[in-house]
Amino acid sequence: MASANSSFVRTEAIPAMPPPRSESGWLGWLRGNLLSSPINIALTLASLWLLYLVVPPLVSFLLLDAIWTGQNRDACLATADRPHVGACWPFVWERINFFVYGFYPANQRWRVDLFFVALGIGVVWLLSRHIPYKKLGAIYFFIVMPIISMILLVGFPPLGLRYVETALWGGVLVTVVVSAVGIVFSLPLGIILALGRRSKMPAVRLLSLIFIEFVRGVPLITVLFMASVMLPLFVPESWSPDKLLRALIGVALFAAAYMAEVVRAGLQGVPRGQYEGAEALGLGYWKMMGLIILPQALRITIPNIVNSNIALFKDTTLVFIVGIFDFLRTIEVARIDPKWATPVTSTTGYAFAAIFYFTCCWMMSRYARGVERRLVTRHRRGR
Amino acid sequence: MNGINEDRKGTCESMTPAVEIDGMHKWFGDFHVLRDINLTVARGERVVVCGPSGSGKSTMIRCINRLEDYQQGRVIVDGVLLTDDLKRIDTVRRDVGMVFQHFNLFPHLTVMENLTLAPIWVRKTPKKEAEAIARQYLERVRIPEQADKYPAQLSGGQQQRVAIARALCMSPKIMLFDEPTSALDPEMVKEVLDTMVELAESGMTMLVVTHEMGFARQIADRMVFMDDGQIVEIAPPADFFAHPRHERTKLFLSQILK
Repeated sequence: MASANSSFVRTEAIPAMPPPRSESGWLGWLRGNLLSSPINIALTLASLWLLYLVVPPLVSFLLLDAIWTGQNRDACLATADRPHVGACWPFVWERINFFVYGFYPANQRWRVDLFFVALGIGVVWLLSRHIPYKKLGAIYFFIVMPIISMILLVGFPPLGLRYVETALWGGVLVTVVVSAVGIVFSLPLGIILALGRRSKMPAVRLLSLIFIEFVRGVPLITVLFMASVMLPLFVPESWSPDKLLRALIGVALFAAAYMAEVVRAGLQGVPRGQYEGAEALGLGYWKMMGLIILPQALRITIPNIVNSNIALFKDTTLVFIVGIFDFLRTIEVARIDPKWATPVTSTTGYAFAAIFYFTCCWMMSRYARGVERRLVTRHRRGR
Repeated sequence: MNGINEDRKGTCESMTPAVEIDGMHKWFGDFHVLRDINLTVARGERVVVCGPSGSGKSTMIRCINRLEDYQQGRVIVDGVLLTDDLKRIDTVRRDVGMVFQHFNLFPHLTVMENLTLAPIWVRKTPKKEAEAIARQYLERVRIPEQADKYPAQLSGGQQQRVAIARALCMSPKIMLFDEPTSALDPEMVKEVLDTMVELAESGMTMLVVTHEMGFARQIADRMVFMDDGQIVEIAPPADFFAHPRHERTKLFLSQILK
């Protein structure tokens, strides 16, 4: 019919052009993301209203009306010419050492600082993309660092480090120790449990399954009570483990059960072809897992691993239930100190705790998001 | 390694067939996928297996390196009877290379690491030596310049050639190909087939499941046609294509060859 148009040969290529103006730039972004439909406009307005409700009071309490210097409660009391009093920061400055170290002896606190540095090096080494030798980093983080930390914190008299009993530990130190132990031990344990749950051997599979489901079916508080009240009933009096150690074991086992499920999801995300490719080359089970499957499974699981670690980090506040002085507990104790008794002291203490927990968790989730973005952009083909 | 090959029973190695499948049956649950398979592949022989999809051809060659187990009969590879014994399975897998439809390269490793992984960890070849061998095979499949890239940075055809090189790095005695060109863009089929033709010309024992009939005609010593879990016809390619005997073969060939 339309014979004039039925055949065509291009004579010149069309160059790539930028998109139309209205689609790009901040105006385009605004129109596309905030004002694209009536519902979207309503949601945008509602969000602005919520921000208006929350942000100004927060800013005035934390910054504008806040008291920055002072020696005792008098500095933070409302007076005639200062009817609105915000956060009482001098209270936090004065007790900051207590918040960080608990009752750890003052002249030994450099050991705690050194531990924070050792931990920081390990974390940065493992997580930063720009630092090579990850295997060495992993050995440091999972083997060397825990031993150094143990020697530093508990003490080792032959080296001149005097023994500091864990009852004196407190504050950020305890929060970090409990989280770090949970994180460091839960990953390897979780991997073993996840492999066990997918094992071809029924006994191994059943044992892993029972452990995982039992621990996951019980609240952390129960696990902590079990560890601190029931464990001493089972082991001989002379080998009665330290209170903190018992809580650490409880937290690590609890975290491991959750980690096992996270890792299992990662293992299921590795295509069958990868197993077959490895098997066809004659790799045995452990080599296949260690060289082919786990590296891929863990890589896709990093965001979820970090996610569980965030949850674990916040859950560590529960250790106060078995009488351990974590960061939140130190604030609880300090805020009722008569020296700083003002209407804003408690709020200030909790605000400080909130800032601390938020900063830590926010950094972790930022990291997880960064990894996620890299994983999406990285081409993952080849089944 | 020879201690495991008790089934050789004094036969001279050159006389033992590369693969001997003897009255093999396989079920997936209640489904009888392979029925009384009998096939012997001589050393240096090239056998092409074809048939409609679901006929069991992939399953059959996957039984040869024990990616699939079987319930009845025997599979003897290079004189080793395949049983549940994991040691034997690994021995066989070391000497049997396999190329998959979806390449199954390891995406987290570079091409060079893909090629040297098994030689280093399974054959205990020193790293330097393994890399030298790997380079040689990359040369042979014509992509020496891609050694440091990751699989996802290569085209499908290049990935499949890397997969072939990876299998060859273990210096296998037998190569299995499971529809190696089925997942490729049409433009990339030829480069992979050319590589396989060269391999065939070098005297490698090959079992190839494929729908590429031109390729089959070119390299096959024997054609095996399967349907419904059974071997329906075995013939040299000239006879197979010119004078198919079984009705099912005739129908199949009339559908795919115009």
